[in-house]
Amino acid sequence: MYRILLCAMALAMAASARGQNVPDELEQLRQRVDHLEKQAAAKPATNAFNPDISLILQGSVARSSQNPDDYQITGFMPSSANSGGEVAPAPRGFSLGESELVISSNIDPYFRGQLVASFTPDNQLEVEEAFFQTLALGRGFTLKGGRFLSSVGYQNQIHQHAWDFQDAPLAYKAFLGGRLNDDGLQLKWLAPTELLVELGAEVGRGRNFPGSDANRNGAGLWALYGHVGGDLGESTAWRSGLSYLRASASDRGFDDHDAGGNPVTGAFSGRSALWIADAIVKWAPRGDATVTNLKLQGEYFRRSESGDLTLNSRPADYTSRQSGWYAQMVYQFMPRWRVGYRYDRLGYGSVSAGSFTSADASILLTAHNPTRGSLMMDWSPTEFSRVRVQLARDNSRAGVTDNQVLVQYIFSLGAHGAHTF
Amino acid sequence: MRTLLAALSLVALPAHAALTVLACEPEWAALVKEIGGDKVNVTSATTALQDPHRIEARPSLIARARNADLMVCTGAQLEIGWAPLLQSQSGNAKIQAGQPGYFEAAGVVSLLERPTSVDRAQGDVHPAGNPHLHLNPRNIERVAGALIERMGAIDAREAPNYRSRGEAFLKRWRDATVRWEKEGAPLKGMGVVTYHKNLTYLFAWLGMRELGTLEPKPGLPPSTAHLTGLLEQLQREPAKAVVRAAYNEPRAAEWLAERAHIPVVVLPFTVGGTDQAKDLFTLYDDSLARLLALLK
Ligand SMILES: [Zn+2]
Repeated sequence: MYRILLCAMALAMAASARGQNVPDELEQLRQRVDHLEKQAAAKPATNAFNPDISLILQGSVARSSQNPDDYQITGFMPSSANSGGEVAPAPRGFSLGESELVISSNIDPYFRGQLVASFTPDNQLEVEEAFFQTLALGRGFTLKGGRFLSSVGYQNQIHQHAWDFQDAPLAYKAFLGGRLNDDGLQLKWLAPTELLVELGAEVGRGRNFPGSDANRNGAGLWALYGHVGGDLGESTAWRSGLSYLRASASDRGFDDHDAGGNPVTGAFSGRSALWIADAIVKWAPRGDATVTNLKLQGEYFRRSESGDLTLNSRPADYTSRQSGWYAQMVYQFMPRWRVGYRYDRLGYGSVSAGSFTSADASILLTAHNPTRGSLMMDWSPTEFSRVRVQLARDNSRAGVTDNQVLVQYIFSLGAHGAHTF
Repeated sequence: MRTLLAALSLVALPAHAALTVLACEPEWAALVKEIGGDKVNVTSATTALQDPHRIEARPSLIARARNADLMVCTGAQLEIGWAPLLQSQSGNAKIQAGQPGYFEAAGVVSLLERPTSVDRAQGDVHPAGNPHLHLNPRNIERVAGALIERMGAIDAREAPNYRSRGEAFLKRWRDATVRWEKEGAPLKGMGVVTYHKNLTYLFAWLGMRELGTLEPKPGLPPSTAHLTGLLEQLQREPAKAVVRAAYNEPRAAEWLAERAHIPVVVLPFTVGGTDQAKDLFTLYDDSLARLLALLK
């Protein structure tokens, strides 16, 4: 207010000074106004101490030729949603997706915190992420603790509302139960290099697939990962990585059925080791993604498990070596509009379960290489809204093709979203 | 472990200059260069042909943030989508918000167009005010003054050097500002249409009039309906030209210019936006020359 007054005075003076020769006074006034302006500008924004809050609203209308309620990936654990993770396709008809509340802020000069709470359509409240992260360790080190999306692979740490397709790649469903968000600690180090070289280690409770929550001291899951990345000229950026994940499962349950269709309760106890190789390349003319851009992304998974299997309490030795991969391409052909294609494939590999055969557990022990092709087109009026159409031909179930069509919306309210690579 | 370290040293940064600086935009890289000379190793996270609102925190930027002693950004939420990610992922304590190693130009300049209410129904508005502040030379002067102090505070050994180089720059800059203001005087009152409100400070400084923007609302791509409306408006109140920054896509500007029978002027917007705009001085020289050409 004072500043405006002063400006007005300066103007009045300038007007009255016309014809007279008082440039010195004007200059003094100008300097005083500058000084006051500087003071005014230095005042922090009034909401500077409030956390960033954003809310994600999602929903879909879907049609599928097979019942999503009895979705399974033949030949793989988990074979149903209750083994942990969210693996089934979108429900038929109209349905609400997860509504996410994201709150984040610097806590003090040393820590940052973030909460991602998810309201599920069946009125549950889930904590997807709740973590602290250090800001001041320096020398490239960052420690994270709490519940967080693991940094293994590429897509795992991308929030679901920022995915390029409505659902997770089959390999994520089969090997990580959709995505891995364990309770634990992560230590990450960035090398002092021009190329991005990131090395990280995680230890966790192992509360979810591929682990299983057990009442134990120590860690149920640990992981190591490394990522390298950089630019290829002005238009292309890339990142590639290798991750290793080790989990111990004890009585990790799953539902199956025998050849006669009778339900079978299965459980696995033992070790699970997973390798993930990931690569992503993004291209935009001169590095400006505003008008057109292209994104290529792929990940390869290889898992071996060994331990004890029980089917309706009958035990057997179990070993498996299985693999899977997906590759996807998303192209923005004009502002707001993108098209994408994704191909998924899982390899049954070798599975031995003592004397058990597919007659005892038809989902787990039927040799089948699931595949899926998905096509999507989305329209994003702004950074805060997106509507997507997705078609998929899903051969996750042996001998059955599931044709899926869905329309999905994603809206984001509140704080400006982060432009994650 | 030893082989790992050896491998890393192969890709390690070249011998250190006194201060490693990551500028968010080319204009701040140019300013740091003026003040620091060869005592600083400065790079810009963006080029003049990239939209600074829409950058992603890509791996090469995270690596550069990791190694920076100082990060110089515009602030006022221009980089809200990516600079906070660079900070939180860098593992670098020096460049965190609130530390001396994070400098925001908007902190020492009074911003134009501070909205009295903020609602995204108005588009992707800049809630702190218009952040595209570098196209008024008096703002550059203020930022330079603060940056000289900041660089000296972080790197005390070179502080006298920064001060003397900085003072010499400021003297040349003030002289040039007087010259630009004289040269630009005929532009006063000229009405133009722009793409995004990213040239507002330039127009305000030169006394030009911004008659409209090709974007219907901040951050939204131009639509035919909006351009048609703008064309009608220009029939009542003609503009001298459609002026756009080098990074803004050309088609909408050409569409309108052709129908309104006025030229398109492409301004460098920042250092590197045209072949002529090689540093801050030539950025202003070239911008003025391109606007003054309209009067010939
Ligand atoms: Zn802007």
